[in-house]
Amino acid sequence: MRSHRRPLTSPAQLALTAPSADAPARLALTGHLNAYTIAEVWAQARAALTRFALTPVVVDAAGVDYCDGAGIAMLVDLLRQPRTLDAPVRIEGLAPRYQALLDQFDPAAFREAPARLHRSLSPTERLGRTASTTLDNLRSAVAFVGEVGAGLAAAARRPEHVRWSDTWLVAQRLGVEGLPIISLVGFLMGVILAFQSAIALRKFGAEILVADLLGISLLRELGALMTAILLAGRTGAAFAAEIGTMKVNEEIDALVTMGLEPARFLVVPRILAALMMTPLLTLYAILIGLVGGGLVMLSFDIPIALYRNELFSFVTMTDFLGGMAKTFVFGLIVAWVGCLRGLQTRSGAAAVGLSATSAVVTAIVLIVVADGIFALVYYHLDI
Amino acid sequence: MSAQLPIIRVRDLTVGYGRRAVLEKVSFDVYPGEVFVILGGSGCGKSTLLKHMIGLLRPMAGQVLIEEQDITTAQGEARRTLLARLGVMYQSGALFGSMTVLENVRLPLEEYTDLPLEAMDLIARTKLALVQLAGSGSMLPAELSGGMQKRAAIARAMALDPPILFLDEPSAGLDPITSAGLDQLILRLARSLGVTFVVVTHELPSIFTIADRVIMLDKSARGIVAEGNPHVLRDTSEDARVRQFFNREAVLEAV
Repeated sequence: MRSHRRPLTSPAQLALTAPSADAPARLALTGHLNAYTIAEVWAQARAALTRFALTPVVVDAAGVDYCDGAGIAMLVDLLRQPRTLDAPVRIEGLAPRYQALLDQFDPAAFREAPARLHRSLSPTERLGRTASTTLDNLRSAVAFVGEVGAGLAAAARRPEHVRWSDTWLVAQRLGVEGLPIISLVGFLMGVILAFQSAIALRKFGAEILVADLLGISLLRELGALMTAILLAGRTGAAFAAEIGTMKVNEEIDALVTMGLEPARFLVVPRILAALMMTPLLTLYAILIGLVGGGLVMLSFDIPIALYRNELFSFVTMTDFLGGMAKTFVFGLIVAWVGCLRGLQTRSGAAAVGLSATSAVVTAIVLIVVADGIFALVYYHLDI
Repeated sequence: MSAQLPIIRVRDLTVGYGRRAVLEKVSFDVYPGEVFVILGGSGCGKSTLLKHMIGLLRPMAGQVLIEEQDITTAQGEARRTLLARLGVMYQSGALFGSMTVLENVRLPLEEYTDLPLEAMDLIARTKLALVQLAGSGSMLPAELSGGMQKRAAIARAMALDPPILFLDEPSAGLDPITSAGLDQLILRLARSLGVTFVVVTHELPSIFTIADRVIMLDKSARGIVAEGNPHVLRDTSEDARVRQFFNREAVLEAV
């Protein structure tokens, strides 16, 4: 039951006069016919038509004092039912102004069900569609490599042609405005890592080694990875949604017809901003994480100075640079995938949501894959 | 017509953005079954006025009474009931992109009535047939042309047969034939069902065909500068702004 129905001024009613063997059945409709009142009458009338499938049926609408589009639709429904030639349905006594409304429609035109809205695809068709979409996406991804590569090359050749104001704006949104969440997660990461490992190491009286563990894992691995994943969720999704909405609003088309390539105009500033800000954010996350770890150490009665000395004597510059090298790749992935998914957006509001989702998922997958490759390479280089 | 009680009464309505008033102390009535047109140059507040009349925006002062209930202050259930009494077609159509055209039209029926799916489908299809979109029900809005989207949006606004329909620039962007067809549709619905139309439009041919009464808004006056039958206004108004509006049309027609 819907709670917000209109009050019924005079409810629609149906009276059925059963015929003698050869006289037509009469359905007398009375009252208000509108979308709120007719549900019951509609069902009764349909049932009556089924019951008198083989005799003519007259729908007496003389008692109808109001009939809007829904009522007309019901009458059309009664008229469109397939009947034999000697058992037609007729409507009588409908007030002329409603008859005029009814006459707008040809009941026969409504006989066939409309094409099913979501027809189910056969497995073959689905496979084909998926393959074709994947190929399309792959093709545009490859083309995107070329466009962005050309855009970045042009930017390197003539830096004054880069839209720096856009770049700084993106850098601010991506970097400065991302600091609170990076601080929160970075700090928590440091605290949790330190605390968990300290509990285990205390059994050996080796709490001080927490500094080594924290330093090496944050610098080499976790700082960069955590920052990149946060950026993928925060910034990659934003890029995809913003560019996707521009695509839906034909703003991308407007750029193209103005002779401005989207790759140079939209993508290059975003990639540059990400390349600049990701290392800085990672550095910041590492520092915050180490501070968090230091505070935990304090609670285990290890002074900050001792913690710092142990840290600096253990981690090397190579650890640090190895971690920072990843950040450029991760930043590139986040911006790249965000922009690519944005430009691949199809039409409609839902497509923007899909693009944002896909940007985050793809970026995280690629970040993890890239991190694995880094680990492999570093292992073989013995870094 | 004026013997009847007005279905919409706007009283001393002041609307604007921030502190800047776009319209000040505007009052007018709309009577049941009439086609009421709001016109005026760009930026005079036509769409803003419309958005206040359908309760989307809160006025700075004044009332909008729809069937004697103030839509500007209605809350909760009363507001929902009131909103079910009106249908709105937005300038760009505002069809839901993730639903087919038929699903768009069916949505209000699903939410407000207890009809079975088959019945709702049929009602939705008759609405689409009214706007000559009978064959497009299973398409997505993005697959329709701009004019078709507008017509589908009108069909959706009519889904529940509300007694009041608000149309924001219905014929802008439509070809003359479709536009004239739409005018006929508006007149037919107004005359046969007694639907009240509040239409914002620039299209003068359309205004002269459909409008029973118009109000003309003006940017600098921040209010109504003329009210009445468009033919009468065109021929007898002494206001330069009104004459300008209709005379430019006369010049255009002569060309």
